[in-house]
Amino acid sequence: MTQYPDVAVIGAGIVGAACAAELAGHGLTVEVIDQMGIGCGTTGAGMGHLVVMDDSPAEFALSKWSVELWRELAGELAPQHGYRPCGTLWIATDDDELQAARARLARLQAAGIACHILDEQQLRACEPALRLGLPGALLAPGDGVVYPPAVAAWLLSPERPWGRRLRTRLGQTVVALHGNCVRLANGEVIRAGAIVLANGMGATEFVAGLPLAVKKGHLLITDRYPENLRHQVLELGYLKSAHQSSGASVAFNVQARPTGQLLIGSSRQFDELDPALDPAILGRMLRRAAEFLPALPSLHAIRAWTGFRAASRDGLPLIGQAHAHADAPWLAVGHEGLGVTTSLATAKLITAQMLNLMPEIPAAPYLPARFLDCQAAYE
Amino acid sequence: MNNLIRITINGRQCEVGDGVTVAAALALCGNGQTRQSVNAMPRTPFCGMGICQECRVTIDGHPHCLACQTLCNNGMAIDTSSTIASAPDTIPIARHEYFDILVIGAGPAGLAAAQAAASSGARVGLVDDNPRAGGQIWRHGPNAPAPKPACAIMHGLTQASTVTLMHNTRVVQQLTPDSLLLESQHDSGVVRFRQLILATGAREHLLPFPGWTLPGVTGAGGLQALIKGGLPVAGQRIVVAGSGPLLFAAAASAQAHGAEVIAIIEQAKPAAVARFLGSLWRTPSKLIQAMRLRFGLRRTPYFLDSHVISASGDGMLKIVQVRHGTRQFELSCDRLACAYGLIPNARLAQALHCELAGAAISVDAMQRTSQPAVFAAGECTGIGGMELSFTEGQIAGYAAAGKLDAARALFAQRAKWQRFAARLARDFALSPVLRHLPDAQTVFCRCEDIAYDVVTAHSDWRNAKLHTRCGMGPCQGQICGAAADFCLGWPSLPIRAPFAPTRIGTLMQVGDTTAHLAD
Repeated sequence: MTQYPDVAVIGAGIVGAACAAELAGHGLTVEVIDQMGIGCGTTGAGMGHLVVMDDSPAEFALSKWSVELWRELAGELAPQHGYRPCGTLWIATDDDELQAARARLARLQAAGIACHILDEQQLRACEPALRLGLPGALLAPGDGVVYPPAVAAWLLSPERPWGRRLRTRLGQTVVALHGNCVRLANGEVIRAGAIVLANGMGATEFVAGLPLAVKKGHLLITDRYPENLRHQVLELGYLKSAHQSSGASVAFNVQARPTGQLLIGSSRQFDELDPALDPAILGRMLRRAAEFLPALPSLHAIRAWTGFRAASRDGLPLIGQAHAHADAPWLAVGHEGLGVTTSLATAKLITAQMLNLMPEIPAAPYLPARFLDCQAAYE
Repeated sequence: MNNLIRITINGRQCEVGDGVTVAAALALCGNGQTRQSVNAMPRTPFCGMGICQECRVTIDGHPHCLACQTLCNNGMAIDTSSTIASAPDTIPIARHEYFDILVIGAGPAGLAAAQAAASSGARVGLVDDNPRAGGQIWRHGPNAPAPKPACAIMHGLTQASTVTLMHNTRVVQQLTPDSLLLESQHDSGVVRFRQLILATGAREHLLPFPGWTLPGVTGAGGLQALIKGGLPVAGQRIVVAGSGPLLFAAAASAQAHGAEVIAIIEQAKPAAVARFLGSLWRTPSKLIQAMRLRFGLRRTPYFLDSHVISASGDGMLKIVQVRHGTRQFELSCDRLACAYGLIPNARLAQALHCELAGAAISVDAMQRTSQPAVFAAGECTGIGGMELSFTEGQIAGYAAAGKLDAARALFAQRAKWQRFAARLARDFALSPVLRHLPDAQTVFCRCEDIAYDVVTAHSDWRNAKLHTRCGMGPCQGQICGAAADFCLGWPSLPIRAPFAPTRIGTLMQVGDTTAHLAD
């Protein structure tokens, strides 16, 4: 590789890794820079749930396409990548929610997503660990889970077909961008044909006025208890929690890891920047989970942690060039809680735009240009 | 050991003596095996003191209970074959208490601190994660009564109306600067305090070598602790290895319970050990103790400049390979007790943002840490033995209670034992050769069965954890993290709550206004 890569990707999380692999797969030379290591940020802190979400047509298009891409990739993944096509079980807590689930079912099915409604007995048979009396659930069998840091490392691995066009520079902090140049803390300057910022909230340091805010989350994992749950199980109320725009919220969201451990979420706190665990939020999140899984209180928690989702104002990621200047950096940020799910589609959208290819879905809803103030501030 | 109690192990009825641990019962009534590793290898208790998590078994339908820290009860059902929870779901009773002075750890430092603090009339709480007070050095049980001075203090504290002892209780989370979340085997709750004294002691420095996960391999103090809990060793051939004076204490315990200690393997060089012994006249009580131990074990060969390079056997330990200077030899044995000295338990202090000096908690003359109202005493502030720990505990207890003159009066005594500690650290410093004991296939992370070469493919502890699961098991990296620090020069990361595996029911109570707990 020459000293000047075609593209410098800043951030070796799942989004940066996917972008780098996709660009390298199209023949470009790519240098990936991360201040820590591969998947050490939000990628390493999240659940790795691959889920089709349909709160807006744009969110639906991106997540649906990306989950399909994950299913295509699955054949190449190894056990350490933790991929399991376990499906998502959306639990209704009352008849109103079940009614809403039926409406959602119709929408999803109309859009070609395989899913169905489970009644109380079917739900009980499907996940006996859930409490009695839950009226039903929406099962989306096409969803899955993955262990994102391992996939990110694999996407960047030199052993992959285009690996020789990829170079990773870990433990390197980027201090400034000047046009097409990336200046590192060690004084080195990397001149690249294009720069992709895939470093979540870190992008705000380089593009002033970027409309990103932090949503802090808590997760907790248990010791190994095999045969407890089979699906990723969420309450339908999660959707409400995910779209609240102030205060702290929790929702039942539990995943059975291939190890037999239960990964328990989720919480959302706005503009909370302290990475420390908040015992009261953690307690609230666990109480909510135990309302659905009555055996939970007797299980052993072995670790809890927090992570920061970088969220945009309209809940959609920013995918595309920050503004119209030829040397403006490209953005692949603001994925909030869907970064793992939508990483593969994000990479395809970035690549299509950069190489003037026709993307599979329209790129317009995700273009950074929709936030005019961001553009103005950069100029 | 007068009354017999009835238990079942994997459905089979057994009788064991009153007061034995579940770990001991498994060895008394069977092969001693506890859990199966994640790659289905058999494991037996290893650290003996509730850290390594190798002794997890299902007790009365609760999976992942620590066999070495749990005493048998009449009717108890122990299961080593299943990790499926089958116990009825109980809601733990939440306690909410206040203490003027809260002491964490009931070893010599913690007991001395509690005693000194209580002398002022303060309301004192003493939290300890072992089934009985005494810490490791004064650990006692059916086979091993506590030494007389320890009994006197423990008796005094149990009689004092202002002192509350909480056994089998762990600190699992800090809630506010003046409150901690605790969990015991049966309940949980929040304690608030005005002053906190950390006396969290030390754990053994357990280093990986090929075969260290075989049933029959334990820590050195670990074996001693297991024997005190009732583990049978009569007639067994035992090799004690590692470094430091603790090897003799462990060997003496094993011999007193009928084992044949066939060798003591010390990594320090003869000149260093000679220098240490030559300095013992400065601490006559230590000199007498050393002479008595050596005399008791006079038939046991003591190999210096030696270390265990591997352990082997088919499903359980049979052979230990030893390097002695430049030559190697084999010992055939039933058990290997191996540990390379002690390391301070400073994790809780770190989580409370106390400054550390190296691996130990940093304290001033009054045993104050960098955090207001938090004191620390004993081996969590540096390895120095029982006498130093006890004196530091007294100083911390008096200082926390505001009796500064009483604390100052003990400074000279502490200084004497600090000098002893410095000689101990100097003369038993670990040889860098020990960094290279594991081979590529050696299990480095015992919880997750991660091999050494998988771990060393990464550049630091954070990346190794994230990409290999090393250190991600229930011991929370306490064993492999210390090994990675020593072998690879990777400093561990500060811990987060829960500080130990904790029932979710305990964490759930926090912030629940209906449970009458602090928000």
